[in-house]
Amino acid sequence: MIAEAGHYALVLALGLALIQSTVPIFGARWHDPALMNVARSTALAQMVFALGSFAALVTLHVTSDFSVVNVFENSHSLKPMIYKITGVWGNHEGSMLLWVSILALFGGLVAAFGNNLPLSLRAHVLAVQAWIASAFYLFILITSNPFLRIANPPIEGRDLNPVLQDIGLAVHPPMLYLGYVGFSISFSFAVAALIEGRIDAAWARWVRPWTLLAWIFLTLGIAMGSYWAYYELGWGGWWFWDPVENASLMPWLAGTALLHSAVVMEKRNALKVWTILLSILTFSLSLLGTFLVRSGVLTSVHAFATDPERGVFILLILCVFIGGSLSLYAWRASALKQGGLFAPISREGALVLNNLFLTTACATVFVGTLYPLALEVLTGDKISVGAPFFNLTFAPLFVPLLIAMPFGPLLAWKRGDLLGAAQRLFAAGIVALVTVAVIWAWTRGGSALAPLAIGLAVFVIAGALVDLTERIGLFRVPVAVVARRARGLPRSAWGTVFAHAGIGVALIGIVCETTWNSEYIGTMKPGDVTHVAGYELKLDRIMQRQGPNFREMVVPFDVSRDGRQLSTMTPSKRSFTTRETTTTESALLTRGVSQLYISLGETTADGAITVRIYHKPMVLLIWFGPVLMAFGGMMSLSDRRLRVGAPKPARAPRALQPAE
Amino acid sequence: MTLWFVFALMTAAAIFAVLWPLGRRGRPQNDASEATVYKDQLAEIDRDLAAGLIGRPEAEAAHVEIGRRLLAAADDQRAPPAAASLKLRRVAALMALIGLPILSAAFYLPLGSPQLGDFPLAERMRSPGANQSLDNLVAQVEEHLEKNPTDGRGWNVLAPVLMRLGRYDEAVRAYRNSITYNGDSADRRADLGEAIAGVAGGVVTAESKAEFQRAVALDAADVKARYFLGVAAEQDGRKAEAAAIWNEMLASAASDAPWRPLVQAALVRVGGSSAPALPDGAMEAAKDMGEADRNAMIHGMVDRLATRLKQNGGDVEGWLRLVRAYMVMGDRDKAKSALTDARQAVANDAERLRQLNEGLKNLGLDG
Repeated sequence: MIAEAGHYALVLALGLALIQSTVPIFGARWHDPALMNVARSTALAQMVFALGSFAALVTLHVTSDFSVVNVFENSHSLKPMIYKITGVWGNHEGSMLLWVSILALFGGLVAAFGNNLPLSLRAHVLAVQAWIASAFYLFILITSNPFLRIANPPIEGRDLNPVLQDIGLAVHPPMLYLGYVGFSISFSFAVAALIEGRIDAAWARWVRPWTLLAWIFLTLGIAMGSYWAYYELGWGGWWFWDPVENASLMPWLAGTALLHSAVVMEKRNALKVWTILLSILTFSLSLLGTFLVRSGVLTSVHAFATDPERGVFILLILCVFIGGSLSLYAWRASALKQGGLFAPISREGALVLNNLFLTTACATVFVGTLYPLALEVLTGDKISVGAPFFNLTFAPLFVPLLIAMPFGPLLAWKRGDLLGAAQRLFAAGIVALVTVAVIWAWTRGGSALAPLAIGLAVFVIAGALVDLTERIGLFRVPVAVVARRARGLPRSAWGTVFAHAGIGVALIGIVCETTWNSEYIGTMKPGDVTHVAGYELKLDRIMQRQGPNFREMVVPFDVSRDGRQLSTMTPSKRSFTTRETTTTESALLTRGVSQLYISLGETTADGAITVRIYHKPMVLLIWFGPVLMAFGGMMSLSDRRLRVGAPKPARAPRALQPAE
Repeated sequence: MTLWFVFALMTAAAIFAVLWPLGRRGRPQNDASEATVYKDQLAEIDRDLAAGLIGRPEAEAAHVEIGRRLLAAADDQRAPPAAASLKLRRVAALMALIGLPILSAAFYLPLGSPQLGDFPLAERMRSPGANQSLDNLVAQVEEHLEKNPTDGRGWNVLAPVLMRLGRYDEAVRAYRNSITYNGDSADRRADLGEAIAGVAGGVVTAESKAEFQRAVALDAADVKARYFLGVAAEQDGRKAEAAAIWNEMLASAASDAPWRPLVQAALVRVGGSSAPALPDGAMEAAKDMGEADRNAMIHGMVDRLATRLKQNGGDVEGWLRLVRAYMVMGDRDKAKSALTDARQAVANDAERLRQLNEGLKNLGLDG
């Protein structure tokens, strides 16, 4: 009964979504508050049914009900409980159900917490949200139904892809989906604004928390996915410019741009039309990501099941929503009132610059990802656009962006003083130069550009701190005043500091890891000793062990440094009989923020084994940076205050206080 | 019937969600507007000014700007008054009352399987005739294979199940077909040989030996085939040769290979060097004993184990040790009865039953 009730709940959610997508629109057209309020109650009911349906699927997986095809194909009664649960979204059908449940969840949240929205705006937003939901309910029910049954259930399931049997699966996809789907809210707001033909600073204030929430989850989701790939795939790499990774990076870049342009809109009532476009583009890129991963256009660990019929369906959804919203934009954007003016050198100007670089970076990723696909469709040639292309295009775009970043927060709204900002950043520049000099003197080998890149990262971090000290008047006013100002400083300002510093931290990690990473690849026998980056690693023995649903070959290594025993690292290779596959479980030893990394290769006939040992300096900073950024986002999200950008008056009398 | 009742309740709840706002009268309690946001922004400027975060000229400029927006927003507020459109509300109510159930039925009936109940693992394990359902399953697979005799995967699945059920002659046929349609492999040849030996009541016949030899020719390291070649030698009375084969196997095996105890036990049987897996201390003690003493000690240990397991049947490892011990002592009947006891003792626990079966398989006891 659970299976059928879950199935029926999904069908009811579709019915409610269809009502939610039409009735409120009519209500708004004829100014009937009751009809507009239908959006709210149906959104809440739709959320309940969608989440109920998802809960039913989870229950089926947990109880190993193999009369459900989806459970039979992706579960196994011996699987540990955590993977029975995470296996729900470790496959195409289940992950689409999670996707649409999160969509319904966000719709329900807008309905529940949207009391501060004008009635017609809320009706429109929820109706647009329901359009998206209806399309995906149809997609799930028709092409990827997770509730199909087997009349004569088999005794045992086929098990989950062993690569996915990892704690990462519990965190990465839900986070990423919360991010992807969260951007549907700003999309719905944008389309609603276009339908209503009205947009203003208040709009940005209502959209801000949703965009920020989506961005936080997307940031964490991407970082988690990168760390998972790093330790699970056994190559020690953390970013491969794989099309699926790019598919998640594109909405992130566009979403980051959106976050910044929405600030301008909320505080200064400018860049309105551009913000609307960015909202549409960000969610469109999320949809594109879903299409690329789910249509079978790409092959990767993420493409669970490839089925042309599904691909065509998603392509259809993609065309309708992206094409429809962009047409609406082209048609209605000119009707929107233009916003306030500002001088090129101003906070607004800096944020426009940020948007230019971010969207251009997004465009290069877009080209690099889709060009090979387009070429293959048109000419049949298979080419691959890899790291060299992205390193050549992405880096030149990010360097000026990062140089400009500390200047932005120091400029005043409306008209800024670049020279003044530069003077205040003088200290940060000095710190950066000293860092470059020290690193040059200290290190041997590696790229000559690396110290410069680290200098840039230090400049970004120091710049964020300078911004903070300027705002609270540290070193210039009495301590009591500083403390009072620090308390009074909006949490969003603290958020900016953390998020910007996070970029610098991640950059340090990236540069150190790629430049000074050392590795050893070779075959070792029990008792062999090798040296990597000052560490001594002794292969102790090779032994077999039985896990819950796999057998594994465990190879303990004794790690010591300067003759002192540090720890034992135990990389292993697991073989899963049900799917007849093996996975490598690499061993990681964290020393500060650096890591030692061992992963096993093939065994040779004479009892030796191929091992790859890496020493990755500062590697953890790569993920610590995004965590810091997400933390900044959360601080900003917790700030319930209104945002006002006080403009600098044209001819200011000598300011009593420094301009914000 | 319960299912349809639940469906009816769910549908009613969904319809209610649509009808509820339609039935409510009066002006909506929601009067949020842009003006509210701007008023809040004005208050925010005053707070910032008081906290010293912005200077007075900036605050005044911001005041002017927001005041202008507030005026514009107030102008826009001349939105048409809320109008209750009864006709539209009725249409919406009809959509919910009739459209929603029809749409749900139209989608659910062709896609869903309301006649099927749930089938969770726990229930499958509780059902009394577990073997009965296994027989049914085998029948189904056989029926399928009768129609598609070239489905190699089907034969692959069927053969080990037949072995486990003790239907050796059918297993022989299934393995032969599996080899024909899946291709030759050392594993399949060894399994076939084992099935043939099963037909002969455990005697490695010439025919079965030929299969093991083929398996070893395909893969010199095939464990099962080598083990049974040893058994063949033992049954032919060539104990030294059997011991040589098994010793070689042990020498080249990983220290914790699952079949190690089995081969060690076999070695003991033919008087080879290796002793059965005993606690280390016992091994030391046993070394110094005479043949009779050693046997007495082993028998004593085995009996103690059997008694303990009678009281506490949940110990899968213990059962496996006991079965193994009886086999080592050449007491097949006792081994079989211990096996039956073990199955009964853990029958209520799916996890343990599986472990037990897994362990028995590792012992080479497929059924």
